Amino acid sequence: MTNNLYTKDLNIWFGSKHVLKGIDIEFPEKKVTALIGPSGCGKSTLLRSFNRMHDLVPDARIEGMVSIDGQNIYQKGISVTDIRKRIGMVFQKANPFPKSIQENIAYGLKLNNLDASPAVIQKALEEVYLWDEVKDDLKKPATRLSGGQQQRLCIARAVALRPDVILMDEPCSALDPISTLKIEELIHQLKDQYTIVIVTHNMQQAQRVADKTIFMYLGEVKEEGATIDIFNNPQHEITKNYINGHFG
Amino acid sequence: MRLNFKKITPVIEWGSLLLSTGLVCFFLVVILYEIFSKGWSSLSWSFISELPTDGMTKGGVLSPIIGTVILTLITALFSIPFGVCCAIYLNEYAKNTWLTRTIRASIRNLSGVPSIIYGLFGLALFVQGLHLGTSLLSAGLTLGLLSLPYIITTTEEALLRIPASMREAALAVGATKFESIKDVVLPASLPGILTGVVLTLSRAAGETAPILFTGVAFYITDVSVNTSQEFMALPYHLYMLSTQHQSIEEVRPLAYGTALVLIMVVFLMNLTAFYIRYKYRKNDQ
Amino acid sequence: MKYKNRILIDRVAQHTFKLTGYLVLALLGGIFGMLLYNAISFFLEVKPLDFLTGREWNPTAATPTYGILPLIVSTTIVAFGAMVIAIPLGIGTAAYISEYASPKVKNILKPLIEMLAAIPSVVIGFLGIVLVGPKIAELTDLPNGLNALNGSLLLAIMALPTIITISEDAIHAIPKTYREGSYALGANKWETLIKITIPAAAPGIIAAVMLGLGRAIGETMTVLMATGNAALFPQDFFDSVKTITATIAIEMGEVPYQTTHYFALFAIAIVLFFMTLIANLVGEYFINRFRKYHAA
Repeated sequence: MTNNLYTKDLNIWFGSKHVLKGIDIEFPEKKVTALIGPSGCGKSTLLRSFNRMHDLVPDARIEGMVSIDGQNIYQKGISVTDIRKRIGMVFQKANPFPKSIQENIAYGLKLNNLDASPAVIQKALEEVYLWDEVKDDLKKPATRLSGGQQQRLCIARAVALRPDVILMDEPCSALDPISTLKIEELIHQLKDQYTIVIVTHNMQQAQRVADKTIFMYLGEVKEEGATIDIFNNPQHEITKNYINGHFG
Repeated sequence: MRLNFKKITPVIEWGSLLLSTGLVCFFLVVILYEIFSKGWSSLSWSFISELPTDGMTKGGVLSPIIGTVILTLITALFSIPFGVCCAIYLNEYAKNTWLTRTIRASIRNLSGVPSIIYGLFGLALFVQGLHLGTSLLSAGLTLGLLSLPYIITTTEEALLRIPASMREAALAVGATKFESIKDVVLPASLPGILTGVVLTLSRAAGETAPILFTGVAFYITDVSVNTSQEFMALPYHLYMLSTQHQSIEEVRPLAYGTALVLIMVVFLMNLTAFYIRYKYRKNDQ
Repeated sequence: MKYKNRILIDRVAQHTFKLTGYLVLALLGGIFGMLLYNAISFFLEVKPLDFLTGREWNPTAATPTYGILPLIVSTTIVAFGAMVIAIPLGIGTAAYISEYASPKVKNILKPLIEMLAAIPSVVIGFLGIVLVGPKIAELTDLPNGLNALNGSLLLAIMALPTIITISEDAIHAIPKTYREGSYALGANKWETLIKITIPAAAPGIIAAVMLGLGRAIGETMTVLMATGNAALFPQDFFDSVKTITATIAIEMGEVPYQTTHYFALFAIAIVLFFMTLIANLVGEYFINRFRKYHAA
């Protein structure tokens, strides 16, 4: 298996609403894939289906399959916590735990019986270029950090578990331009080791960070391909309109 | 004349609202002044540290204080775990079904059930049904039931304030649902829960009707801390001193003193709750 | 910890939480069932019609009488009097806090009202004996002031925090645009309050009054201490009255287990239960109606 993450005929309903229709896509390994499309097109729903976040939604119904390393994550009897360990997630708004910086990283490690020693925590923080900024304040509450620092801490929290895939749901939408730039640089560094899927509303960002881009519309994948091709030579009228900012 | 009247009307209108507010404040001031001015002279270290003696005509209120403290502890031990678990169920697990709606409706109605009816239920269930007799335990459990709806409601409000993203963050690093609640949601909502708990317990500590038939005693000469025995409690002690004592006029200073101690206990608990709330809000910003 | 154990704990916790939810349901059912069971034992011995229409409550007489009418009338008189005092004062205060008071004054008034709410009922009852009673006796030339008026005044004080807090929330929730519309038409602050804001907040205010009323009906210690507890049919506010709650409080302590008199106290308790239940349900109905129109 060359692809470590792909979906096959994935359909999701919320109640009677069919929000994702027959999604068949692949995410190239150790590359960044951007999911773009107008609000309500299902891109966040798709992203969240990759680590079973919809388990929390009482009336969600899921058919088809999401596979990682040849294993369907919706298979019965599979360990959900293990799936979530292998597929990390960074959310739209930084959501550090109301604990210290150190504990924010250590929590996931301890849950998964991994080494949570200071060295491991330091390494995770270094990977997101946060170590120098916080090394003297490891015991301070994470909520005291700036928005951008909090978001990098959340990325460190995901990275610390050494996942195969990192999902990012509009990770910069609540940040200022400078913090956004830092996160984008970070994404560049991280793709050497991780497969990254990022949902974004920002066309420039998609072009800056993504190798592959998937355009979604009304719950379907309209167009997918190398980012350069999608933005320079879109095949569909609707894709063209969207990336040129004519609606959304 | 007309002009004058026009000038006066707004003053009367505004004044009527001010007058209502003033009257409400006046009630509070009168209550506090009456209790503090007349109770203050009875208050002394010996009043708090001595047992009632000579048929409750002399001595202090130590046994009612101890009784009320232990009673409130039993109430807390019973109602906090029960109430918090129920609030967790409603806010974190329950789907919006008719059953959930029925549970919520019963909680709202339970908070409207008169306290004397809780007393009757405690009598039927704990004293007679479970053969616990008239005892500290029976009375504490009865007050625990009375406190339950308030603890559930305030805990649920505290849980509701925790954003969903906090729960998702825990799940995303591999926590089970219970772990996300135990490690993240509960610690984050603790100040809110505590505020509600302390306010509820302060109300329970001042209650009289539910303990009337479930274990409170008129006069006990030694300090009892046995949960299977009857006990004295501050509110009931005040009731006794002011209505049932054979020499009511003689023990009036003691009654004022008891009222003052009771009010101070309750206000202290309220202040604690406000302090937690205040600190929490400051940290939040 | 092993994955299997973590999942097991997760399952156990989930079921524990669920169980407590169901237990709460059982609690209300248990309270009602207990009242009903004992009340039925009473109605096997005394005809419900005699109970509901009897004008005399005297269970300890040679031929005991179990007429609930004087108790209901007593409860109603005291609660009605309390509402007559508390409704205007409560709404006035709520309107003042919401519409006129500066933020600074608001920050003082709100804790004061919470303080008033925190005072235990037995302390209020005590003041009925030592303060309000003697004053009433002095002003009316009665031998003592332990009567319905005394109880009403005290219950008004106890119901006020409920009425003020919920009314204030209701008035506060009325959107600014309503008021601005009224000002734009040339109405002044008072006219806007009376003709626009309070009518718009009416369902919320009615709810506040009903919840306050429920509290007044169900209150025990205050009325027990302040109303004199004469088991006569009350005629006016200067008569001593014995409410349902006070009757239960006084007589349950003395009555032998499982006698007719014992069961009778559960029968009047179930009437009390329904009286407060209706007040609370009506209150809840209006709160829901208010929320529907003014959802935040």
